[in-house]
Amino acid sequence: MNRFQLTLKTCILIAALVILIGLPPVASALEATFYIGLFSRILIYALAAVSLDLILGYGGMVSFGHAAFFGAGAYVVGILAFHGIEGSAVISWPFVIMGTDNALISWSVAAVASAGLAFVIGAISLRTSGVYFIMITLAFAQMMYFFFTSLEFYGGDDGLSLFTRSRLGHMDLSNDAAFYYTCLGLLIGFLLFSRRLVNSRFGMVIRGCKENERRMGALGFPTYRYKLVCFVIAGAGAGLAGALMANQTEFVSPSLLHWTVSGDILVMVILGGVGTLVGPVFGATVFLLLEEFLSRYTEHWMLFLGPILIFVVLFARRGLYGSFVERKADNG
Amino acid sequence: MDESILKARGLTKAYGALKATDTLSLEIRTGEIHAIIGPNGAGKTTAIGQLSGELTSDEGTIYFAGRDITRLPVHKRACLGLARSFQITSILLNFTAEDNVAMAVQARDGHSFKFWKSARTDRKLRVPAREVLKEVGLADRADIVADRLSHGEQRQLELAMALATRPALLLLDEPMAGMGPASSRKMVDLLQTLKGRLTILMVEHDMDAVFTLADRITVLVYGRAIATDTPENIHTDPAVRKAYLGENG
Repeated sequence: MNRFQLTLKTCILIAALVILIGLPPVASALEATFYIGLFSRILIYALAAVSLDLILGYGGMVSFGHAAFFGAGAYVVGILAFHGIEGSAVISWPFVIMGTDNALISWSVAAVASAGLAFVIGAISLRTSGVYFIMITLAFAQMMYFFFTSLEFYGGDDGLSLFTRSRLGHMDLSNDAAFYYTCLGLLIGFLLFSRRLVNSRFGMVIRGCKENERRMGALGFPTYRYKLVCFVIAGAGAGLAGALMANQTEFVSPSLLHWTVSGDILVMVILGGVGTLVGPVFGATVFLLLEEFLSRYTEHWMLFLGPILIFVVLFARRGLYGSFVERKADNG
Repeated sequence: MDESILKARGLTKAYGALKATDTLSLEIRTGEIHAIIGPNGAGKTTAIGQLSGELTSDEGTIYFAGRDITRLPVHKRACLGLARSFQITSILLNFTAEDNVAMAVQARDGHSFKFWKSARTDRKLRVPAREVLKEVGLADRADIVADRLSHGEQRQLELAMALATRPALLLLDEPMAGMGPASSRKMVDLLQTLKGRLTILMVEHDMDAVFTLADRITVLVYGRAIATDTPENIHTDPAVRKAYLGENG
């Protein structure tokens, strides 16, 4: 039984990996390069969804404000690139920060900035739990949304166009396939990192907190601290996804921080399987493919997504992926 | 060295006009099993909550191993060696029995901001966890997910988690709660094996168990300790008989 599940899980993962690696050459050969862009978007949202599942599925923290970190990461890249082109400074006091389009710098800064934002939001939100936690994270995300809406200098409502994608060493990210593989590499890297994380001592504490936080406290764990660190790690992951999103569309706007984006990411996690690492990747894939193809027929494509989601929640509570591989999936 | 490990003075906790504990003083000697008994609503669980730190006391002080812990939060008290078990079984239901105990071992093994090495294969956690499981008689149930264990086994696991933190003082809140006679017997035997090695403060309704195990007994009525003595003396104490058998008893 165990052996069977393990093989099934391995088969699914290998098949998914082969498809994802083979996609750009096949799409180019079939002259359907559009799919490379579509799947880049899927990989980026998958990264955001995996990061959300770290706190949601493993830590039991139902955050409804993940778009804040996603959008903040995107804006960091957008703003740095904007000043990079202008040759001006982002801040000139107390120290000077120049703009840049170097991916190594701007993507790292995006992740760190989102982590910092997550620290502030988490430090306050984690004083609450349950429905209050959902509402307070939503409220913070909406604050961030209106903050960027009011940033007239960076386009306000209209957003900010990037002149070009970031530079990453000798790679030409304006090549869609190269950008696609960059996203794929980062997603796989984050998945491997998360897998180590959830099985580490830290990860066990986080999962224990989801199970029974009172017990964890009685055992001697300062649960608040552990949850906050997990929240910050998830924020950094979402920030990195945001940085990629800014490059994918070469455009950032407050719509990236809209609460519906938080909702979309949440749905991706639930669809794919809460408390599994690969599940959210499947969730993001199904969600965005449905969006893509259903919206060709009707703009009310959500009408069709709704019943699917209800079906999954009622009959496959562990999600599309989670239901296939059962408990094995928990450990990544 | 002081022979009492825990000294509580004048502990009071009020819920509105109701004083759940009322200037309660307790002294637990190192190495003893000390039982708190009393009628329903006497404030026994509240007292445990105040000692473990889940409830903040309105008044009074608690000294543990010579240190004032009155204001310390739960997790800090736990790290000092004050472990507790819960009246309503409180374990990690989706974890295996071994994972549950390993978590308790991990709690006493320094901080857990370790992000890389797998905790599931860490011998430093797994070996002691297996030992404690063996001690409570769950060795062959190590890989069973906790929610599939029987109620009695879950109670044993609850105790195993408290033991695995190597506590200096173990607070047991009704360890026999909800158990049938057979598993109660098993639990009493198990606690008997701990006697002398561990200091235990237990709240329990099962009088047979209390009088079998306890070195000293404190009787709590309306949040006040009306007597603290050996089981023999408690048995014949007129005040205690009055409290249990009614005003004219």
